[in-house]
Amino acid sequence: MAELKRYDNRLGLWGWLGGGRWGVERYAYILHRLTGLGILCYFLLHIVVTSLRATGRYLWVEGQFFHRPIFKFGEFLVFAAFAYHALNGVRLVLVELGFAVGKPIEPVYPYRTSLNVQRPLLISMMVLALIFLAAGGYEFLGLAR
Amino acid sequence: MRENGKARTINFHVTRYNPESDRAPYVKTYQVPVCEGMTVLDGLHNIKENLDPSLAWRYSCRMGVCGSCGMLLNGRPALACNTQILHIAETDLTVAPLPNFEIIRDLAPDLFSMFEKHRSIDPYIVRADQAEIEDPEGEFYQTPEQLEAYLQFTYCIKCGCCMAACPTLATDARYLGPMPLAAAQRYNADTRDDGRRGRNRLTGSSHGAFRCHYAGECSRVCPKGVDPAKAIQHLKRRLVLDYLHLARRKPPCEKMTGPGRGERLANIAPAPARTV
Repeated sequence: MAELKRYDNRLGLWGWLGGGRWGVERYAYILHRLTGLGILCYFLLHIVVTSLRATGRYLWVEGQFFHRPIFKFGEFLVFAAFAYHALNGVRLVLVELGFAVGKPIEPVYPYRTSLNVQRPLLISMMVLALIFLAAGGYEFLGLAR
Repeated sequence: MRENGKARTINFHVTRYNPESDRAPYVKTYQVPVCEGMTVLDGLHNIKENLDPSLAWRYSCRMGVCGSCGMLLNGRPALACNTQILHIAETDLTVAPLPNFEIIRDLAPDLFSMFEKHRSIDPYIVRADQAEIEDPEGEFYQTPEQLEAYLQFTYCIKCGCCMAACPTLATDARYLGPMPLAAAQRYNADTRDDGRRGRNRLTGSSHGAFRCHYAGECSRVCPKGVDPAKAIQHLKRRLVLDYLHLARRKPPCEKMTGPGRGERLANIAPAPARTV
């Protein structure tokens, strides 16, 4: 039999954004990945910048390159990404260890899923993240002075 | 069709693909008269009978049981037979094949990759006393609580909606996906089964359960309320406990030893010959 030609319909990166109904957990999933990649980029840049010390350049001392306002805002973004990634990560660890998802139930329409069960945990973590962001903004954006 | 006074025309934007003539899928629009109660499957039949006989899709039972007619309806995986047009569309409805699978033609995806992964996790009772499975001489005893631990996951109809909705599967073709992992948990949680440690090799691998990061779309789109996301989290918990040697090692349940002692009665006819 001749081999049938097929069209590969894999969504790729678009699958992170489209494909299903837009539930809040999906937003959390996308943001978790983006903040993870952002923190990774920051770490790489951090290594590059601190290694410049070997050539005698100290870009982070008072009055130097990294004291421009744009970098202060960048620092705040890194802190925001870290706060979200860490707190959402705590939620994921709890969920992945089987806490806060509930026991198997008889599926009776309208179906209730584990997403409903863990939603309070998600909301608590996001409220905590917002508190961290407010405190971070107060400090990083110079509002404390 | 117009008797109830609610008939209207809906634009069906249907993805078409003919492997013999098309390089890539394209969208063709059909105007379909729709009345209350019509399902997307009815609409597709209307197109095939009145507008375009070349349209191809897959269906069988028409009542949400066989899992053949999974499609992307207005961007959301669902069963065409289970979805009423007027519940999801005002004027326009996009109908596309399930993503994350290859397209055979028009709206028919090739689900082979999903079934291969499903087969790989040994989706059946595995026991040391295989003779008892092949030629049973008694019954296995389970309490209602033990049944409840896996019953929800047995309702899967393998429609592929969860695989199409999964964002992780979209970027990692080797990821097992929600359906096979939920099936693995279904058997792992069954007290008659003793194959969990064998399945752990696959479900605990780098493309196994820990690739799931709980986007939850599989559970949202499941037309049978199976909740694959929950099954995968329970599977992960068990994998962690197994890895740390904290899981209680319980032998699979024995043959029933209550009244009747699980022995075969003399007047029961032998099982019919195997057909598969």
